[in-house]
Amino acid sequence: MKSLEELRAIRDRARTNVHLRKENSPDNIRVVVGMATCGIAAGARPVLTTFTDEVAKRGLQNVMVTQTGCIGLCQYEPIVEVYEPDGRVTTYVKMNPEKAVQVVNDHLVNGKVVSELTIGSIGTMK
Amino acid sequence: MYRSHVLVCGGTGCSSSNSQLIIDEMEKEIEAAGLTEEVKVVKTGCFGLCALGPIMIIYPEGSFYSEVKPSDAHEIVQEHLLKGRIVKRLLYQETVQEGNNVKSLNETNFYAKQHRVALRNCGVINPENIDEYIAVDGYAALGKVLTEMTPQQVIDTVLASGLRGRGGAGFPTGRKWSFAAVNEADQKYVCCNADEGDPGAFMDRSILEGDPHVVLEAMAIAGYAIGASQGYIYVRAEYPIAVHRLQIAIKQAREYGLLGKDIFGTGFNFDIDLRLGAGAFVCGEETALMTSIEGHRGEPRPRPPFPALKGLFQKPTILNNVETYANVPQIILKGADWFASMGTEKSKGTKVFALGGKINNTGLVEVPMGTTLREIIEEIGGGIPNGKKFKAAQTGGPSGGCIPAEHLDVPIDYDNLIAIGSMMGSGGLIVMDEDTCMVDIAKFFLEFTVDESCGKCTPCRVGTKRMYEILDKITRGQATMEDLDKLEELCYYVKNNALCGLGQTAPNPILSTLRYFRDEYIAHIKDKTCPAGVCKHLMKYTIDPDKCKGCTLCARNCPVGAISGTVKKPHVIDNSKCIKCGACMEKCRFGAISKK
Repeated sequence: MKSLEELRAIRDRARTNVHLRKENSPDNIRVVVGMATCGIAAGARPVLTTFTDEVAKRGLQNVMVTQTGCIGLCQYEPIVEVYEPDGRVTTYVKMNPEKAVQVVNDHLVNGKVVSELTIGSIGTMK
Repeated sequence: MYRSHVLVCGGTGCSSSNSQLIIDEMEKEIEAAGLTEEVKVVKTGCFGLCALGPIMIIYPEGSFYSEVKPSDAHEIVQEHLLKGRIVKRLLYQETVQEGNNVKSLNETNFYAKQHRVALRNCGVINPENIDEYIAVDGYAALGKVLTEMTPQQVIDTVLASGLRGRGGAGFPTGRKWSFAAVNEADQKYVCCNADEGDPGAFMDRSILEGDPHVVLEAMAIAGYAIGASQGYIYVRAEYPIAVHRLQIAIKQAREYGLLGKDIFGTGFNFDIDLRLGAGAFVCGEETALMTSIEGHRGEPRPRPPFPALKGLFQKPTILNNVETYANVPQIILKGADWFASMGTEKSKGTKVFALGGKINNTGLVEVPMGTTLREIIEEIGGGIPNGKKFKAAQTGGPSGGCIPAEHLDVPIDYDNLIAIGSMMGSGGLIVMDEDTCMVDIAKFFLEFTVDESCGKCTPCRVGTKRMYEILDKITRGQATMEDLDKLEELCYYVKNNALCGLGQTAPNPILSTLRYFRDEYIAHIKDKTCPAGVCKHLMKYTIDPDKCKGCTLCARNCPVGAISGTVKKPHVIDNSKCIKCGACMEKCRFGAISKK
C-alpha cells in the first residue's frame, strides 16, 4: 500500500459488497419481487437478478432488492412492487429483464414511474 | 452480484455447536437450488447472543435466526432464499411481534441498550477477508495518522479521549504511550495482551475472532506514536480460531503493504508477530508476559523499572489489552470528543462484558460506562432463569469481587467498582442466584489462584494455599471463629506483599464475600449449615416417610447403595454412605426427598 488513494479504491470497491448488511433504513427504496411458485414459473428469477445486478452496477446504495411470496394476482406475474420512503407503492406487472432495466433507469434512478408497465395500464398491455 | 448475504456466526461459541456444519449444509442447499450466483454465505465473528447459538442473519431482510440446526438449511434455502418467505419458526422470538410483523434486531432488549464500539464489526464482516474490513473504513485511521498527524498528536488524541486500559487496571492508555514515547532507544516494542485467562471472560477472544484487523491497525498506530517498528501479540494457544484468524489477518495485511516497510509511502515500518501462550494465568501479568515472549519461563518481576522504560528485551515497550486497541482506530477517525462523550466522568467510552452464570441471555454485551448492573442483568441479560432471585454478580474473575443486590443500581465504571470492593477486571460478569453459596464461590476462585500461582514469591505461593485450606475447612464445618480472623489477616497480608497483580488481587473474592456475606461464613462455622445448600459436607438428604410411596426408584438410582427399604414402605437414606449427589431427589416423583 503506497498511498491513501489505493486504500480508498479498495474501500469503494469492497463497500458494494457489504452495504447489504445494514439495518434497513426507512429512507431506502424497497424493490420487492414476487417469488412464489407462480412468479418463478412466469420468469421472476431473471427479473430479480437483473434488478440486483443493475442496482449494484449503478451503486444505488439506497435501494434494497428483496423477494416476497404470492400476492394473489398470479396471471400478472412476474410482479414487482416498488416501495418508496414517502409510502408510495408502484406495482409493475408481467415483468422481464428488459423491463427491469427500464424500471431501474427511469424509476429508481430518475424517479419517474414507468406507467405503461404498471398494473393500471394492464388493459392496454399486450 | 449477490442479492442476499447469509451471515453465520463462526465464533467459538457457535462453532462448538456446529456452525461450520450449518455453513456447509447451506452452501450445499444453495447450490442445489441454483442460487450460488445470488446468495453469499459469510462466516463472521460473534454476534454476542451466545445463549441462542448457532446464530444466522440473512440480509437484506435482517432476519435473525437462532438455534439453527444443520437440518434447517433446506427449509431456509427453499423458503427464505428461494421464495422470500421468512422462516418464522426459527426467528429469535423477541423479533416476532403481534400481527406477524418482524421487529428489527436493534429494537430487541438484548441489543437496544448496547452501544457497539469495540465490537462494531463482530458479526458484520468476514474476519478472514481484509477487503471487508477496509470496506467499513478499516485502516483509514492508520492512513490518517501516518499522513496527517505527528506522533505527539496521536498521543494527545488518545489522552484526550480518556481511554483507559480495558485489561482490568484501567491505566490511562495515552499516558502509557507518552511514557514510552519520551524514552529514547534504538528499538521499541508494541505488545498486545491477548492472554485472556479469567474464568468466564471471552471478550478479547471474540474481538480477535470477529475483527482481527482492528487490533493490527491499532498496534501500528501505537507503533507510530511511540516510535516502534515491531509488535507482538501474545495470544493463548487455547484460542485456536483466534490464532488462525490472526495469522490470516497478518498475512493479508502484509500482502497489502499495511504491515511491513514504507507503509502508505511514508517511510514508516511496522510488523507484527504472534507469540502463543501455553495457558498460564500469570502470563496475563505484563512483566510475566514479556518474559514469556523473550522465551523464558513466564514469571513476573518487580516494577520499577516499568515496561515503558525497560520492557521487552530491556527496550521501551507498551502493552495494551485487545479491547483497548479495538477502540483506538475509532477514536482517531471520530475524534477524542466523540469517545469522551460516552461514559462517566472518569471512565470514558464503552465496556464489553461477558455475561455468564445464572442469566437467560448468556453472551457478549457492550454498554456505555455508567450503565447500571441492573440494566445489564435484567434488561439486556433477560433476567435470571427459573424465577430465582438475584444474589450477587462477580466481576473481574479471580481478581475481582462480588457485587450484592444492594449495589445493583451503582453505575458501573472503574472507580465505582473499586469503591464497592470489586473491580472492572477484563469484563467477565458472572451472575449468581440464591442457590449459590458465597463461601463456595470464594473457594472456587482460590482453588484457581492456587493452581495458577507461579510460585516465585512466598506470599502468593504459600498464602493462597493457606487461604484455600481455611476456606475448605469452613465448607466442611470444621472451622472456628479464630480461623475466620486468621483468614482475614492473611488476605491483607497477601494483598500487601505479593510480587505481582495475581497475588495482590487473589484475596479479593474472599474479602468481598466477607464484606457482604459474612453471615454466610458464620453460618458455616457456628451453625454448621450452608444456607444455600451447596456445601456437601453440611447438608443431609432425608426422605419424608409420609410422602414416600415406597416405589424404590430412589434406591435403584443411588450410585452408592445408600438407600434401603422394602417395596411400598417408606425408604431411608444412610447418611454415612451418602455422597450427596442428589440423584435420588431428582428422580423422586412424589417430592418426598429434601435437602437441608
